[in-house]
Amino acid sequence: MCLGIPGQILEITDGEQKLAIVDVGGVRRGVNIACIVDEDHPVESCLGDWVLVHVGFALNRIDPEEAQITLDMLEEMAALQATLADPPFGPIPAQG
Amino acid sequence: MKYVQEFRDPQKAQGLLAAIRALGDQLTAERPGPIKVMEVCGGHTHAIFKYGLEALLPPTVELVHGPGCPVCIMPRGRLDDAIALTQYPSVILTTFGDVMRVPGSRQSLLQAKAAGADIRLVYSPLDALEIAAAHPDRQVVFFAIGFETTAPSTALTVLQAERQGIENFSLFCNHVLVVPALEALLSHPNLQLDGFIGPGHVSVVIGARPYQVIAERYHKPVTISGFEPLDILQSLGMVLRQLAEGRCQVENQYTRLVQATGNPVALAAMARVFVVRDQFEWRGLGDIPASGLRMHPAYARFDAEAKFTLPHGQVADHRACACGEILQGVKKPWDCKVFGTACTPEHPLGACMVSSEGACAAYYKYGHGRPHPAPPPRRLAQV
Amino acid sequence: MTDPTVTLAHGNGGRAMQDLITGVLVNQFQPQGPTVLEDQARLPLAELLTLGDRLAFTTDSFVVDPIFFPGSDIGALAVNGTVNDLAVSGAIPCYLTCALILEEGLPMDTLRRVVESMARAAQQAGVTIVTGDTKVVPRGGADKLFINTAGIGVMRSGVTPAATQLQPGDVVLVNGPIGNHGAAILVARGELALETDLQSDCQPLHGLVEAIVAVCPEVRAMRDATRGGLATVLNEFADSAQVGIRLLEEQLPVEAAVEGLCELLGLDPLYLANEGKVVVVVPPDRAAAVLAAMRSHPLGTHSQIIGEVTQGSGVYLKTGFGTERIIDRLVDDQLPRIC
Repeated sequence: MCLGIPGQILEITDGEQKLAIVDVGGVRRGVNIACIVDEDHPVESCLGDWVLVHVGFALNRIDPEEAQITLDMLEEMAALQATLADPPFGPIPAQG
Repeated sequence: MKYVQEFRDPQKAQGLLAAIRALGDQLTAERPGPIKVMEVCGGHTHAIFKYGLEALLPPTVELVHGPGCPVCIMPRGRLDDAIALTQYPSVILTTFGDVMRVPGSRQSLLQAKAAGADIRLVYSPLDALEIAAAHPDRQVVFFAIGFETTAPSTALTVLQAERQGIENFSLFCNHVLVVPALEALLSHPNLQLDGFIGPGHVSVVIGARPYQVIAERYHKPVTISGFEPLDILQSLGMVLRQLAEGRCQVENQYTRLVQATGNPVALAAMARVFVVRDQFEWRGLGDIPASGLRMHPAYARFDAEAKFTLPHGQVADHRACACGEILQGVKKPWDCKVFGTACTPEHPLGACMVSSEGACAAYYKYGHGRPHPAPPPRRLAQV
Repeated sequence: MTDPTVTLAHGNGGRAMQDLITGVLVNQFQPQGPTVLEDQARLPLAELLTLGDRLAFTTDSFVVDPIFFPGSDIGALAVNGTVNDLAVSGAIPCYLTCALILEEGLPMDTLRRVVESMARAAQQAGVTIVTGDTKVVPRGGADKLFINTAGIGVMRSGVTPAATQLQPGDVVLVNGPIGNHGAAILVARGELALETDLQSDCQPLHGLVEAIVAVCPEVRAMRDATRGGLATVLNEFADSAQVGIRLLEEQLPVEAAVEGLCELLGLDPLYLANEGKVVVVVPPDRAAAVLAAMRSHPLGTHSQIIGEVTQGSGVYLKTGFGTERIIDRLVDDQLPRIC
């Protein structure tokens, strides 16, 4: 279900209606960015954001630090493959 | 593509697979049969087949493909209602490509379109709203499908229609909810599942918390997962790790997008525009309490079910179809009598054959109806 | 020829039609000789015989919407499509026909643009459009304009590619990134409100094929991967020769924007149409030479070896994870999906 794909906000086209242009691998499409806008992250600051695009809406911002943590963990696993003393699936309890 | 390619790197899969093998061995040392983990979401099912991940798993670990495809579970009666809508001369029916081929009791939307119905395919509900604005003399109905991932988009579109005063736009609302469906599966006495890979994009909206009930009441571990192959393998490993440690928690592998409380704007829009139905019929699973959304009475003027008279017929699932048992993990598609014979992607009888994300369609398309080839020999015994 | 639009009179056999034929069509296509306006083209057999020993003969109809799209248009497509159907048999394309079905009300300038594009494409492909037909249907009876072209080419002696000749071990090549035409058309239709810099790959393949058969006259099979894409051609190949074909996912050339579009809409580039891509199957010991020849041709700089012929049946794709999945025939057109 729910095809969602990372894209980057290229341009804010209508701040009032919270509309922007997103780029997905060289394909550009108008999207609604209401879901990624709040007091701490006003419309103007969305420019350059990496977001999850689903049916013409930016559903959430991608957290680059968390993405890096996941990738680091994958790197670690690849490195550990030979030894495998402790399969490193550290528990990551969902916050809250 | 950033945030995609790096999670598809086959080099990095080996460590994950070795760990999965080790955990699988450990977990099945003292019990018969493999560990069964359900990936709830059709998007995961699609990725698992696209990358052939099942063939990489040891025989001790089995994936069960869940009910998380909103197209597959759409009962035929709802499609008949959508087609009935197109019989109103004023109506332009707009929808996603996914549902165009799904058979109703007499025809599909694609067949209705060929017969002259005004049905238009859109990428976004916003495009449907634009069609409404461009055709003030017509009634534009958006055939809304999807889980909580998609529901906020249609809710926000209705709110925009309200703001812009576009009154010739309405929703035929068929949004469904993940957790009630999982609870229905978990309540079934035949269930043979050990844990769940949770739907990542639904969780972007609803957060991680709503799955607590699965861990607490049904004592099954859940790991919310991203959609790339390494995400899925890592999440599977995390479920196995929970089982090995005797834990039943909700864990989150998809931390780059999923927060515990979900997306507040999306949730608020849904709460404003929709209310939960008393029950909703799922193809293959029957009526499930509190598992669907309908329009809030305050938005009745955007509700196609209030604006138009619809047949609301109930059409029974095909008798020979084993979709219900396949979704519970009791049967595999090839155990079904009609799989690949009377039931094919061209002429689907059951829910799981309908969209490319259904378990049966995936097995048919990528495996030609044969059980999957034997997994590679185990290289590591026990760690 | 001053009428601003096409009317039913342009198809009724009278003066308006005559004006259209001489003023727009003959003027552009420039067939030669005293019998140009007869009801048939008269072709010199002796000349054809110097090129080879058999004729190749094909026809195709073109109804693409929109008629102008990034990278090409229906006119060039109608010429290149038929030129390519001839070329992939190993033939030298020589003569084309042009039958037009025009919708009443079509702007004359639009028709001129299309015909000019056909003439340019014919010149580029080294073929002459020698005969044709024009019909006009009432408004709504057709969508703007449809084109049918038929073509005759001469098959080079000793070159006999055919899908039935595939043998296990043979090597499969393609001359560049797949899916650009299908993706460009999908975007150009505008319904999905997408924007890309993608262009159709519409181009004539006769020169590239010439380079291939020059180094490998024993080429087993060639086919241009149009509707249904690469997957469809490979399935046709596998069925014809009763063999299997294994593709290597990591070798498949796909441009970033085509991949982006496919990710966004849930499509598979293997099934998207191409209009300038030839799938070539050659014996294993000729693969390196053919790849080098293809890469040194301007239309083949991004050529790749993408797979091999195997025992068995069906088309498989070997993923980067070392697993295999079946690449089946398309049940129906791909539709954009959200889930």
